[in-house]
Amino acid sequence: MPDVRTHAEEISAQFSDHLDVTPEEVAEKLRTLVEEYSVPMDEARRSVTSSYLEEAGMDREEIAPAGGESTLVGEIDDDEQWVDLEVQVADLWEPRHESIAQVGLLGDESGTIKFVAFSTSELPELEEGVSYALGNVVTDEYEGDYSVKLNRTTTITELDEAVEIGDDSTEAVGALVDLQSGSGLIKRCPEEDCTRVLQNGRCSEHGPVDGEFDLRVKAVLDDGQRVQEVIFDESATEALTGISLPEAKQMAQDALDTTVVEEEIAASVVGRYYRVSGPELGRYVLADEFTELSGGVDAEETLIRARSI
Amino acid sequence: MSSNNGPTREVARRVFAAEYNDGSHTFKESDDERAPLYYLLPTGERTNRVFLVGTLTETEDVGEDSEYWRGRIVDPTGTFFAYAGQYQPDAAAMLRDLDAPAYVAVVGKPRTYETDDGTVNVSVRPESITEVSAGTRDRWVVETAARTLDRIEAYDAEGNEYGRMARERYNLDVDRYREATISALESLEEGDELDGGDADDGGATDDRRRESEPPT
Repeated sequence: MPDVRTHAEEISAQFSDHLDVTPEEVAEKLRTLVEEYSVPMDEARRSVTSSYLEEAGMDREEIAPAGGESTLVGEIDDDEQWVDLEVQVADLWEPRHESIAQVGLLGDESGTIKFVAFSTSELPELEEGVSYALGNVVTDEYEGDYSVKLNRTTTITELDEAVEIGDDSTEAVGALVDLQSGSGLIKRCPEEDCTRVLQNGRCSEHGPVDGEFDLRVKAVLDDGQRVQEVIFDESATEALTGISLPEAKQMAQDALDTTVVEEEIAASVVGRYYRVSGPELGRYVLADEFTELSGGVDAEETLIRARSI
Repeated sequence: MSSNNGPTREVARRVFAAEYNDGSHTFKESDDERAPLYYLLPTGERTNRVFLVGTLTETEDVGEDSEYWRGRIVDPTGTFFAYAGQYQPDAAAMLRDLDAPAYVAVVGKPRTYETDDGTVNVSVRPESITEVSAGTRDRWVVETAARTLDRIEAYDAEGNEYGRMARERYNLDVDRYREATISALESLEEGDELDGGDADDGGATDDRRRESEPPT
């Protein structure tokens, strides 16, 4: 935790172009708030900064952020923070409103984050695939998802060296030791924006409904040290088992029973090894990509280890 | 480790038959009637579930009043015994229907049974039995070797509660399991028809050839 002196120096540096404030003066104000009025340092800093902003007739956006360390997009976990990023433009989307100049994804080694640049900020355009140092962007949060906003104080410097975009998906490797209930041919609620899985023809929200068929696998991967639950959606299930949704429906129709699909799937996947990767969804990894590990294995390395103990 | 909400699923341990059959001690870690029952491995790990892959060499209905199937599943170090009856209908059906020899993967719970002369037999109560390829079997052998070595290396480590428990209960020389591990891995190197093979699948021809080999 930086002391009063450090905070004071940072604040005075932020206003160095606009006001004549000495660190001593700032420190005095901070100390009064923190020591006499027991205000937390963050709040004291905010209050002192505000008073200087008013004095200089400036907006909060216009001052340079404290510190100079750039932040990784994966570290962003708070609203309204001023950060510097070094990122590559991973994707640009079509802005849906004229107030938005650019919208898309920025990435660095820790993953990707959405960004928005507003027309009023009059910033130079970012190009897809190009890496930039972005100074002074502000974080935003909406329903737990973070994004960054570029603003008119944002500095944009093209980088010579490309920033690598990391993979923020999770990988799980292990033996598929079990299928969970709700695997195979299932029915979902057809109500708009409701995709709940029906139990005995009932949706927990909408009551008895005519469900729509879907195919999925909920499985447990186990490497002997930990377990990871994974979900294969309809297309991944077809790739995994060779059973398509129409085929699954036919199988269930022929047997007059939907559980035959799950049994068939279990027989073809349980006991095999898989490597699965994809985004995490609560307890689950959603299988975007997977491979069965059934080819040659190298015993040599383990043998050397066994002999050296 | 898995710190998900809800009850945590027990991990399936990897252990060779030679070690698996040597233990005898089971215990619970709480007084709760439904607390999981653990079997103590001789290399010092608690086990509530196992995953094993081997050659099913023989199946027999040993039940008297109702079907009770026993399967012998052989790995490079010894034989696992799996028992499935009316409460494991899927596994029992697999043992009834499968033609030995076949490569099978078994997920199951350890069970111990004390005979009249006081020896303790350790078996597996299968949750599932599936037929798999030679490639899956080979991967299991290498993986089980690595997990066994993990346990051997941690056996004497300070704070290894189950290592201490194994020393107190069994007092076995764990080096024998290291030797079993070495010979298991060597058996792969020798008969390795998978070298340079198709990386996608063990291949049906490999299966047939392996299955026709006499079990060790």
